[in-house]
Amino acid sequence: MSVDSMFVHKMWDETELSKMVPGGIPFPMLSDAAGRVGSTYGVYDPEAGVETRGRFIIDPDGIIQGYEVLTPPVGRNVAESLRQIQAFQLVRKTKGKEATPSGWQPGKPTLKPGIDLVGKVWEVWNTDMAFKD
Amino acid sequence: MAKELDISCARPVGSEVEGVLTEPNTIKHESKKEEKTMIMIGREAPDFTAPGYQNGKFLNFKLSDYRGKWVLLCFYPGDFTFV
Repeated sequence: MSVDSMFVHKMWDETELSKMVPGGIPFPMLSDAAGRVGSTYGVYDPEAGVETRGRFIIDPDGIIQGYEVLTPPVGRNVAESLRQIQAFQLVRKTKGKEATPSGWQPGKPTLKPGIDLVGKVWEVWNTDMAFKD
Repeated sequence: MAKELDISCARPVGSEVEGVLTEPNTIKHESKKEEKTMIMIGREAPDFTAPGYQNGKFLNFKLSDYRGKWVLLCFYPGDFTFV
């Protein structure tokens, strides 16, 4: 979503993005004139008249599970966004019985919060696990 | 789901946030304190409708139509802006 019109979105997709992504962008490219939605989400910069790089993860119930906002010159890490969605999906699937520690990737061990784990996280998790794939 | 738009010169853009008046002539200039939605994790994402482009079509999209799915809502400064 940006403040550009849907006509500009079409031209951007046709003339440039479809050369990077075969078949063009598959998801909706939304238009937010005057930054009404961006203002509501706290990512519209009225002085610049544009939206900053806000990214919101919204779950199947419409609840915001996480967000990240960057200034324009720095691009996002799509893989990290997808990793976070996978982590939220795991938590949702286990109804909160499992949590994902720092650096968690799909397939890596989760934590099972409970009275037995109090003070014992060091036995099942160490800082190396935050960095290794 | 998303409704296809009739294309005209009027309002090629123009999103609407639920509960926020968007037509200029209907905005009441009263001293009433404006209630602003605060974004917070664990709270419901403010619903909105916005026109957009997808797979060769101009459509009107509504966030709440995506209930039951995970949504990644991304804002960015502008088309053709490099990053």
